[in-house]
Amino acid sequence: MRAILAAVAVAVSIGLAAATAGAVEPDEVLDDPVLESRAREVSKGLRCLVCQNQSIDDSDAELARDLRVLVRERLSAGDSNEQVVDYVVSRYGDFVLLNPPFKASTYALWLGPAALAIVGMIAVFAFYRRRGAAAGAAAAAPRPLSEAEKRRLDGLLEDDPR
Amino acid sequence: MRRIVYLVPLAVFLVLAAYFWVGLGKDPQIIPSVLIDQQVPPFALKPIRGRDRGFSSDDLPGQVSLVNIFGSWCVACRIEHPFLMKLKADGVVPIHGIDWREKDPNAGPAWLARFGDPYTLVGDDPESKAAIAFGVTGAPETFIVDARGVIRYKQIGPITPEIWENQLWPIVQKLRAQ
Repeated sequence: MRAILAAVAVAVSIGLAAATAGAVEPDEVLDDPVLESRAREVSKGLRCLVCQNQSIDDSDAELARDLRVLVRERLSAGDSNEQVVDYVVSRYGDFVLLNPPFKASTYALWLGPAALAIVGMIAVFAFYRRRGAAAGAAAAAPRPLSEAEKRRLDGLLEDDPR
Repeated sequence: MRRIVYLVPLAVFLVLAAYFWVGLGKDPQIIPSVLIDQQVPPFALKPIRGRDRGFSSDDLPGQVSLVNIFGSWCVACRIEHPFLMKLKADGVVPIHGIDWREKDPNAGPAWLARFGDPYTLVGDDPESKAAIAFGVTGAPETFIVDARGVIRYKQIGPITPEIWENQLWPIVQKLRAQ
């Protein structure tokens, strides 16, 4: 039991450390905690152009460091978070945003999966409805055998070698 | 006719597979520049050691030129360098350099002293100021800037003789004719 508790404690503390650390070096950190937290927030949404699937907040790449410094300089100079993000996008394009914006060129990205799911559900619904209707019709009114079918059935039964 | 409906999932799959196939073949490091057909971003860089003049965005209007981002630490720049020297020797087009992210301010000048200096103007960019303004993701990158100071093309990676002949040189000629 103790061991489990200890393991949980270690896991939680590692998780907390990972959540707060990032790649920000002490010399980059701003004195103003409000500005610094805004810088962290902005940095988490900006892609590192070198390692690509990390944010600049997480990346140790030199270009990421320079971008973090740039974010902090701009925030210190009085830019809003949006202005800083817009500046970086104006240099690197939407690709630099880890969260792609919702606009005409990304409708397929954002709406595609939902559209496919809806089409799929309609198809499944239609399929079962049709099959259910067909089965219901067959169960409600089993067609009686015709004279010819009856004669053939009798013949088959009589031919039974047993 | 009804049979066709059963082919729809197959068709959807094929279309998606084609997209993914093409996507897998693309180099994720090549990011299309948003700066094409835009004015060169304002920047002003100090000279590297051994030069009197730096390099700023005001130097660009007037004639078609190349802006090349390099660094002494950059292996691919070594590969590209002899060809830039050849362009310089032939006097084809002025090439300006941005010496990017040198940890040691002597490293860039030493590199140019050793392998030759193809640049008309060079700026020192230890903190990526100009590099970020140009949307640079790695070195080498080369921009073609027209006579009005507008970025017209971005080459990611080393310029080879083939790339020069087939892509960059025709653009330079076209811009000069305008």
